[in-house]
Amino acid sequence: MTRSEIRAAFDDGPALVSYVAAGDPSADATKEYVEALVDGGTDVVELGLPFSEPVAEGTTIQNAIKRALEAGMTPEAYLDLVRDLDVDVPIVCMTYYNLIYQYGDEAGPEEFVAAAADAGISGFVVPDLPVNESEPMYEACREHGLDLIFIVAPTTTPERLESMLDRTTGFVYVQGRLGTTGARDEVSENTPEALERLQDANVPKAVGFGISSGEQAREVVASGADGVIVGSAYVDIIADGVENDLPTEEVADRLEALAAELKAGARKGLPEPERK
Amino acid sequence: MSEESKRTTGAQSETRAGKFGEYGGQYVPEVLMPAVEELADAYERYVLDNEDGFVDDFRQRIREFGGRPTPLSHAENLSERYGFDVYLKREDLLHGGAHKLNNALGQVLLAKYMGKERIVAETGAGQHGTATAMACAYLDMPCEIYMGRTDVNRQRPNVFRMRIHDAEVNPVDVGSGTLKEAINETMRDWATNVEDTHYVIGSVVGPHPFPAMVRDFQSVISEEMREQSRDQLGQLPEAVVACAGGGSNTMGAFASFVGSARLAGAPEGSQEPAPDVDLLAVEAGGSSLGVDKAEGYAPNSASLSTGTEGVLHGARTKLLQTEEGQIVESHSVSAGLDYAGVGPELAYLVDEGRVEPVNVDDDAALEAFHRLSREEGIIPALESSHAVAYLEEYEGDGPVVVNVSGRGDKDLDTVIEESAARDIAGAPTMEVFEE
Repeated sequence: MTRSEIRAAFDDGPALVSYVAAGDPSADATKEYVEALVDGGTDVVELGLPFSEPVAEGTTIQNAIKRALEAGMTPEAYLDLVRDLDVDVPIVCMTYYNLIYQYGDEAGPEEFVAAAADAGISGFVVPDLPVNESEPMYEACREHGLDLIFIVAPTTTPERLESMLDRTTGFVYVQGRLGTTGARDEVSENTPEALERLQDANVPKAVGFGISSGEQAREVVASGADGVIVGSAYVDIIADGVENDLPTEEVADRLEALAAELKAGARKGLPEPERK
Repeated sequence: MSEESKRTTGAQSETRAGKFGEYGGQYVPEVLMPAVEELADAYERYVLDNEDGFVDDFRQRIREFGGRPTPLSHAENLSERYGFDVYLKREDLLHGGAHKLNNALGQVLLAKYMGKERIVAETGAGQHGTATAMACAYLDMPCEIYMGRTDVNRQRPNVFRMRIHDAEVNPVDVGSGTLKEAINETMRDWATNVEDTHYVIGSVVGPHPFPAMVRDFQSVISEEMREQSRDQLGQLPEAVVACAGGGSNTMGAFASFVGSARLAGAPEGSQEPAPDVDLLAVEAGGSSLGVDKAEGYAPNSASLSTGTEGVLHGARTKLLQTEEGQIVESHSVSAGLDYAGVGPELAYLVDEGRVEPVNVDDDAALEAFHRLSREEGIIPALESSHAVAYLEEYEGDGPVVVNVSGRGDKDLDTVIEESAARDIAGAPTMEVFEE
C-alpha cells in the first residue's frame, strides 16, 4: 500500500492534529478557523461532522455540535465546506457511524466514503465504530485509498489492540484517559504507559483527550508520542467568540496563536538533536 | 402475517456478536468495548449457565423481594365488551409498580457477582431509575441515575423516590433533556468509570449483550404467562399484546413464545417456540405518524412501524431519524414510550413477520386508561394503556393476554390535565374539586 498523506504529515517531527466541529458557528467561520489553524502549524485537520448523539464527547464539543446543527450543518454542506477549504494538509473526517451509514441511496458506508474521498477527505475517525464492527467501513476506505483511524483506549486489551493495528493506516489515535473529550490542566499519568504498549506499532502515534497547552504537548511528545490531538481547547475559544460576539478574524487569530503554541510545545518534547 | 413465515421463525438465538439478523451489534466507543466484552462473558456464564447459582439466586429474590409470580387476571367486563376473553398480565403488581424491577434486580445482582462496586443508570420517566434505586438499596450498591432536566421537572415524585432510596440523581441539561440525552450521559459516565462501574441499561437496547440479557431477565413475564395460560385457560392465548417503546416489557411478554428466552431454570418446554400465538407490539402513535423532516421532529414514537434502519446507542435497529441520519425528537403522551429507537431483536422479529407492529394514538391511550380504571378497577400506566387500547381494534376470537406493564398512579397529573384538554371520552370531571 502506498504511504498515506496523513502518515506523511508526521514525517517532519511531531505532528499537530487539530479538531473543530464543522459549522460551529457557521460554515464560513469554520473555513477561516481551519485556515488559521493550519497557518499556526497544524499538520492534520480533524474536521467534525456533527451528529445529534455524540456519546464520546464531553460538554465542550457537545455544545459545539449543537451550535453547528442549529446553524444548519449537514453532510452535504460539510462536503461543500471541505471542497472549499484552501489548505495543503490532509483532512480527517470525525463523525459517528449513523451519518456515514445513512448517506446516499443505499444503506452502508460506501457512498459517503466515496463522496468524502471525492471532496478531498483523506481519512476517518469514527468513535462509535469499534474494530469488531468496522469491516464494511474498512473495505470502503481501502477501496477509495482513505485511512481508517482507530482509537486505542486505556482499557483496550492486547487482543483488541492487535486487531486494530492490523487495520490501522495513517496514524493510531491514543486516547490519553478514560471518559470523554475535553480540555484538562494536566497530562494523564497513563500516557507513557499507553505509548509503551504501542512502541512496536508501525504507524505514528498521536495522543488526544485532554491536551490544551504547549506544555502538555511537550510532555506528551517527550513521553514518546509522534503527535498531539487537540480539540476542546480550540472549541473553548470558538465558544468564547460566540458568547461575546467577537469578530471571526479575532477568533481565528486566537486559534492560530494556540496552534502555534501547541506546535512549538510539541517540538520541545523531542530530544535536542532531533529538533528542527 | 403468513402462516409460513410464522413457521419458519423458530428459536432465534442471537449470535455471539449479538446480531439479530443484521440488527444489534456493538457500536460503542473503544473505551467501553472491554467492559462490554466482560459483560457478555458474565451474561453467558451467570445468566445462561447459572454459574455459582446466579439464576437460582435471582429467581428467589424476584419472588421474595419482587413479589413474583404476578397474577394473570381475567378481565370479565372487558371480555363482555369485546366478545372474547381478555386476560391481564399484572406487572403493575410487581414491587415498584412496573415490570422494570425484573431487569434492574437482575442486572444489579449480576454486577455484584461480577465484583462491580458502583451502578449507573439512565431514566426517562423515572420508572427504571426508581427500580434501579430500589434494587441498589436492597443489594447495598452505590447508585447514580442520569435523568434529563425536562423529565426531572415533570416527574418530581419519581425523583424523590430515587433520592429516598439513597440514589444520586444527576439532571442532564443538554439537548431536549429527555431519555436519549440521559442515555448519552450515562454512557459518558460509564466510559469514565468503566473499571468499577456497571451500567444498568433500562431496556432491550444498547450494545450486545444488553438486548439479549434484558430480554432474558424480563422473560419471566412470558414464562409465567405460558404456565398460567395452561392452568387458567387450558390453552395458549391466541394473541399477546404489549406496548413497545424501547421494548423491554414487549420482549419480556414475547420472548418465551418467540422461543428466544434463555434464562436458566425455566420450566420444561416454556422456552420452545409457540408459533401459533400472535404477538402484537403496540407503539405510541402520538398525535400523528411519520417524521417532520424539516423540523427534525416526530409527533410519535412508532419506530417499529415507521422507522428506518440505523445505528443508535450501541446497536443497529429501527430509528426515527432524518434522511441524513440525525436522530429526531420523538413524542408520546406516555413518557416511557417516548424514545426514537427500539430494541434490535424487535426490529428483527418485525422484519421476519413474527411480531406485528401496530399503534394507537395519544387519545386512544387516554381513553383506554379510563376504560380499564372504570371497568376493571385497575389503573394502568399510560404506557400499558396503549396495549389496552388496542383491544378496541383487535379482530380475533381470543383469548387475548394484555401485558399491563405498570400501574398508572405516576400518571394521574398528566391524565387529568390531558383528559380535560382533549375532552377524552369517559374521563371523569374534576373541575368541582379545583380551587
